[in-house]
Amino acid sequence: MLELQQVAVAYGGHTVVKEVSLSLAQGQIGCLVGPSGCGKTTLLRAIAGFEPVASGVISLQRQPVSSTTLQLAPELRQVGMVFQDFALFPHLTVADNIAFGLGKLSKAEKTAQVKQLLQLVGLPDLGQRYIYQLSGGQQQRVALARALAPKPRVLLLDEPFSSLDTELREGLAREIRQILQQLRITAIMVTHDQNEAFAMADMIGVMEFGRLQQWATPYELYHKPANRFVADFIGRGVLIPGTMLDAQQVKTNLGTFTQRYVSTVQAGDQVDVLIRPDDIVHDDASGITAQVVEKAFRGSHILYQLKLHSGELVQCLALSHHNHAVGEQIGIRLDLDHLVLFPRT
Amino acid sequence: MLRGWRDIWCWAVLLPALLLALPVLVIFASLLQPETEIWQHLRQTVLADYVVNSLLLAGGTGIGAILLGTGSAWLISQYQFVGRRLLQWMLLLPLAMPAYIIAYTYTGLLDFAGPLQSYIRELTGWRYGDYWFPQIRFLGGAIVMLSLVLYPYVYMLARTAFSDQSASLFEASRTLGLTPRQHFWRVALPLARPAILTGTALAMMEAFADYGTVQYFGVTTFTTGIFRTWFGMGSQAGAAQLAALLTGFVLVLLLLEQWSRRKIRYYHQGQRSQPTALRRVGVGRQMLLLLLCCLPVLFGFVVPAIQLSSWALSNYQVTFNQQFITLVWNSFSLAALAAVVTVLLALLFAYGKRLRRDVLVQAPVRLAALGYAVPGTVIAIGVMIPLAYLDGRIDTLAEQWFGMRTGLILSGTLFALVLAYSVRFLAVSLHSVEAGLQRIKPSMDDAARSLGFSPLGVLKNVHVPLLRTSVLTALLLVFVDVLKELPATLILRPFNFNTLAVRTYELASDERLADAALPALAIVLVSLLPVILLARSVKATHEGAP
Repeated sequence: MLELQQVAVAYGGHTVVKEVSLSLAQGQIGCLVGPSGCGKTTLLRAIAGFEPVASGVISLQRQPVSSTTLQLAPELRQVGMVFQDFALFPHLTVADNIAFGLGKLSKAEKTAQVKQLLQLVGLPDLGQRYIYQLSGGQQQRVALARALAPKPRVLLLDEPFSSLDTELREGLAREIRQILQQLRITAIMVTHDQNEAFAMADMIGVMEFGRLQQWATPYELYHKPANRFVADFIGRGVLIPGTMLDAQQVKTNLGTFTQRYVSTVQAGDQVDVLIRPDDIVHDDASGITAQVVEKAFRGSHILYQLKLHSGELVQCLALSHHNHAVGEQIGIRLDLDHLVLFPRT
Repeated sequence: MLRGWRDIWCWAVLLPALLLALPVLVIFASLLQPETEIWQHLRQTVLADYVVNSLLLAGGTGIGAILLGTGSAWLISQYQFVGRRLLQWMLLLPLAMPAYIIAYTYTGLLDFAGPLQSYIRELTGWRYGDYWFPQIRFLGGAIVMLSLVLYPYVYMLARTAFSDQSASLFEASRTLGLTPRQHFWRVALPLARPAILTGTALAMMEAFADYGTVQYFGVTTFTTGIFRTWFGMGSQAGAAQLAALLTGFVLVLLLLEQWSRRKIRYYHQGQRSQPTALRRVGVGRQMLLLLLCCLPVLFGFVVPAIQLSSWALSNYQVTFNQQFITLVWNSFSLAALAAVVTVLLALLFAYGKRLRRDVLVQAPVRLAALGYAVPGTVIAIGVMIPLAYLDGRIDTLAEQWFGMRTGLILSGTLFALVLAYSVRFLAVSLHSVEAGLQRIKPSMDDAARSLGFSPLGVLKNVHVPLLRTSVLTALLLVFVDVLKELPATLILRPFNFNTLAVRTYELASDERLADAALPALAIVLVSLLPVILLARSVKATHEGAP
């Protein structure tokens, strides 16, 4: 459906997006996450046709729309976009905003479509309002309806929730995912908030310095990060040092573990092992103890920051009633389902 | 491909911007060739007068504007009293009264044969010499006249500054042990100081630029000196150098203004928690406040407007004739032409700045927009010198090549006037157009493109409807400013081409004040339009936050 092959984008001789390849099937929702300045918005604007590509090909439904020799104008791509600041037109009513992209239809058809879209986004009675009379969340829905109105081949969302309150975000993200799935719209969203990405996406891409570090499902991204950057960026966790005993066993300060997958590491190699907070289980019976350095009460859980005897800091997600004071020594046990390790360079 | 477009924008902005900057550059370039003889003469005779009088005039007007403007702004923004809503915008009315017109009117009003003295004599039976009556045709009178019509600059900015201060500031002062009076001096006034200074700088620039009032009152300042040196002594270079000196004074004010404007932003506290509640006072104090706030409007607008109307009514059979209609036609068509040209330039510059964030585009536009600070007299001289030179060259070339003479094809036609107006009023229109353009966020362009509109379609469906109001406002503002403008028009108008402002000036100079009333009244009436516009926005901002 949407396919990017080795896409690079440059601004005035400075390459901000490098060799990005990814693809989305019809109806799939993709998310691009990464720290600010990593090139994710630029990539989105290249798909929309606002930026030319320096190399590579962008195709929609197997038809190239951007390449080094071709740049289809944005208005000819049938690409919908929801902007960070919504970019709603202040001189038009909500209904006129939504009808803005419905070029050739008759007036009755337009009215009917607008009505249907307003229904879809849950604002059936607000068609005659002006934009300044709406709340942020309502503006967000109008922006979505306007982008969906011309039935785009792909919908692009650029940080669509960044100007909204935190409480609103999650609900809206879920709602929008439902709407997109209902319409079987292919969509790609840019965000810097991984929780939003987890809530929305079938596929997530992590970007850093213009490169796509990994393109995978949320599950894979969390449990099988491709490199240190992804491991660090997605979820919480720390890397603790270890030594390979053979190709599959690794010895750390928290014990010796076996990995199921065969990798390129050999006996004697120095590695770093990724430890997530949920990998460390609080167990008073355990022989290994660590000192509580910091604690954050989370309601159902407590997130402890622990200091091992070797001086390394790890995090532990314990059940809420295991309440210990800062400074106390508590017993811990490592409960690793699978090993994620990176060779030390 | 992109680069080519960008370069077209760059040139399209750079060339007209430099043309607009040319007059001021010419004025400063004149300093490179000092005309020693004239300077010697000027220094020995009148230069000291020019400097002292101009400084006193501007300084006095500044103080007057601060007193009237800040005082009324404070009362309007703090107290609830009868007529406050009405006065809030009526205090802007004197903006519609050009300084030279109020000067003519008060001269006639306070004259020995004028209505006031006649009435006093009738009432008391005194005769000439029996009583003392104040004279206004001297420096002090000019300061009063200018203060009366220029204080709204301070009032407008100070009122916003005061009413934007959040109520919690006042409450914080009170909990820290300050009386309301101490709060005013130690918190409210210092916070509003950048706004007050900005308004004062603008008023003082106008005072420096004034020609009509000081010429009529016989006060020798820079502007009258420039006229005298140019026309009386026939020295272009001397006039240009005087102009350069005057511009130097104005530049100091300009720096003050720009510096204060930046401060306003620092001092503005972003979101205001709660607008200040108006203080309620007893009926007696309300009447006093009403009276105080009425005074500037009364003397700055109502009294002169009534006097002008009565003159105009008393002899309209004589003055309202074919000649007057020609005057109106000349003024309106000239003002409309200048407004269209200036707004087109402003649109070009605003779009250039939007599409090309580059020093090569930004800097020349800023330079060209500084013309608002430069007195009309100075701009006129700066336009006249290069155009007269060009005319000479074109004339010679045309005679050599085609055997015909072109005469004053640039400096003797409306071209010179329109150029001068564009220099002086570009900032006014640019300000309005840019404010409109700012409402169109770049993402709206993108949104419209992704919804299937070509760039031209975006212009038509998004930009035109959203810009319409600000472009119309810009047209109106420039139109009215041109209509009121006097000194540049006097110097640059084509031979035998008269406008309302010029005719008012000529008739007043011939002491035919009653005859001058009709064209003057026409100017005042048209000038009311932008004031009404401004008043509406004042009301809107105030009632928008209940």
